[in-house]
Amino acid sequence: MKSPIYLDNHATTRTDPRVLEAMLPYFTENFGNAASRNHEFGWTAEQGVEKARKQIASLIGANAKEIIFTSGATESDNLAIKGVAEMYAEKGNHIITAATEHKAVLDTCKKLEKHGYRVTYLPVQGDGLIDLQMLKEAITDKTILVSIMYANNEIGVVQPVAEIGKLCRERGVLFHSDAVQAIGKIPVDVNADNIDIASITAHKLYGPKGVGALYVRRRSPRVQLTAQMDGGGHERGMRSGTLNVPGIVGLGEACAIAQRELAQEMERTRALRDRLRARLEAGLDEVYVNGSMEHRLPGNLNISFAYVEGESLLMGINDVAVSSGSACTSATLEPSYVLKALGLGDDIAHSSIRFGIGRFNTQEEIDYVSDKLIDVVRKLRELSPLYEMFKEGIDLSTVQWAHD
Amino acid sequence: MAYSDKVLDHYNNPRNVGSLDRASSSVGTGMVGAPECGDVMKLQIQVNDATGIIEDAKFKTFGCGSAIASSSLATEWLKGKSVDEALQIKNTDIVNELSLPPVKIHCSVLAEDAIKAAISDYRKKQGSDVAVTAAQTVA
Ligand SMILES: Cc1ncc(COP(=O)(O)O)c(C=O)c1O
Ligand code: FES
Repeated sequence: MKSPIYLDNHATTRTDPRVLEAMLPYFTENFGNAASRNHEFGWTAEQGVEKARKQIASLIGANAKEIIFTSGATESDNLAIKGVAEMYAEKGNHIITAATEHKAVLDTCKKLEKHGYRVTYLPVQGDGLIDLQMLKEAITDKTILVSIMYANNEIGVVQPVAEIGKLCRERGVLFHSDAVQAIGKIPVDVNADNIDIASITAHKLYGPKGVGALYVRRRSPRVQLTAQMDGGGHERGMRSGTLNVPGIVGLGEACAIAQRELAQEMERTRALRDRLRARLEAGLDEVYVNGSMEHRLPGNLNISFAYVEGESLLMGINDVAVSSGSACTSATLEPSYVLKALGLGDDIAHSSIRFGIGRFNTQEEIDYVSDKLIDVVRKLRELSPLYEMFKEGIDLSTVQWAHD
Repeated sequence: MAYSDKVLDHYNNPRNVGSLDRASSSVGTGMVGAPECGDVMKLQIQVNDATGIIEDAKFKTFGCGSAIASSSLATEWLKGKSVDEALQIKNTDIVNELSLPPVKIHCSVLAEDAIKAAISDYRKKQGSDVAVTAAQTVA
């Protein structure tokens, strides 16, 4: 077993060696600019790009012409939201999103608010899912876009995307979904899911960093976006800039592998995740899963170990790469806004660990990590005044804490 | 974040973990912080009533590694000191000893507050009016 163990696959994934192999020739012999129309170098690069476009489209049930390449999901989210806002400004100025979205969506919406747009941030329910009735009621005749992520990057909760899309379609509102965490992990089909625009990034599905795509529907409805990057008019005028050919080839290959292996990989990661959870719950009391277990990515486990602070927990498992929603691990000293949006107390957010299990994890690793974590939690609980109070039967919510 | 060797040492081998008899008149208990802030420190001292010397100190901490190390270090420093000497311990001494980075200064402030709260509790039990005010060190 190799150390350290990587269980942070929502942050990024290792590039699959097969993806790397597909990319390499595009750094060396096939180094051409895909926009060079009059020589072999350009044609070869273009062929690589067009093959990738098909591979991506095929994974999500789209047409290759509907795929626009970008530098990653942050750019894709920006282009989707700002591009729609600008293009449809005459139709309306209202956007609906959710409290648990990625910062690439939330901060883009905040920026638009400064420019006169109105944004509704839907709360989520205790399990992390949005309330469809609430969404329905939030849509007005000024609403131009609904942006709701497919699967959450912290709690792995999968939204009822098809129903959201159906509702939007009925009301003539465009639907964008940040599908970064879902694509390649669970089946995504832009037609069955009624998605008009979807953000994709390669590095979350075993491709390279710094390359992504935006799915932009071409018919019923035909979505138009105002470009956010001006220049040579690449990508149907929606995104100028010389294409990152090796990266795009890698994204395509990553999608092709995902499409072939999706079913078996889902089953494998789910089994590992369930094993991790079962072992932790058997070894410890007072552990809580955050977010819906039913509507969740197979490789995600977000779990709180009550009465133990997350950063001290990470210190005890320093040969395991995971992340925590604890404030002490963040630069701002604020606990995870996603966990807070579930209505969890800050104390539970401080005690949370996010596991992201992926393609390269093994059962041996899961067993090692669960044993080690159980040891560390037990040790830290011996150190914890809160666990002591809990064991004495004191209800912590009734205690008057000395705030400064 | 990279931790200093001293923080790691206290984290891996915390000194004086445990609890003293809260009800005893020679024990002072300080509990500072709050769970929703991600840190709660309980620090207790056992004082020899005749000599005024702190004979034992114990802690329990819910918080990051630096908070655990700060309180563990505090109990080491407290033992053998008089109550008055103990009041001289400053959060900056803890910061220097553990090489805490700026974002972790508040963990040391908490330890200083816990010392002050424990001494204050002890003095209250002893009927002394010497009030101890928790230092409002800016983190
Ligand atoms: C849900 C979600 N959206 C967007 C992003 C940003 O992606 P990128 O790193 O490609 O900009 C991430 C990853 O950090 C993510 O998890
Ligand atoms: S207790 Fe939060 S940073 Fe130390």
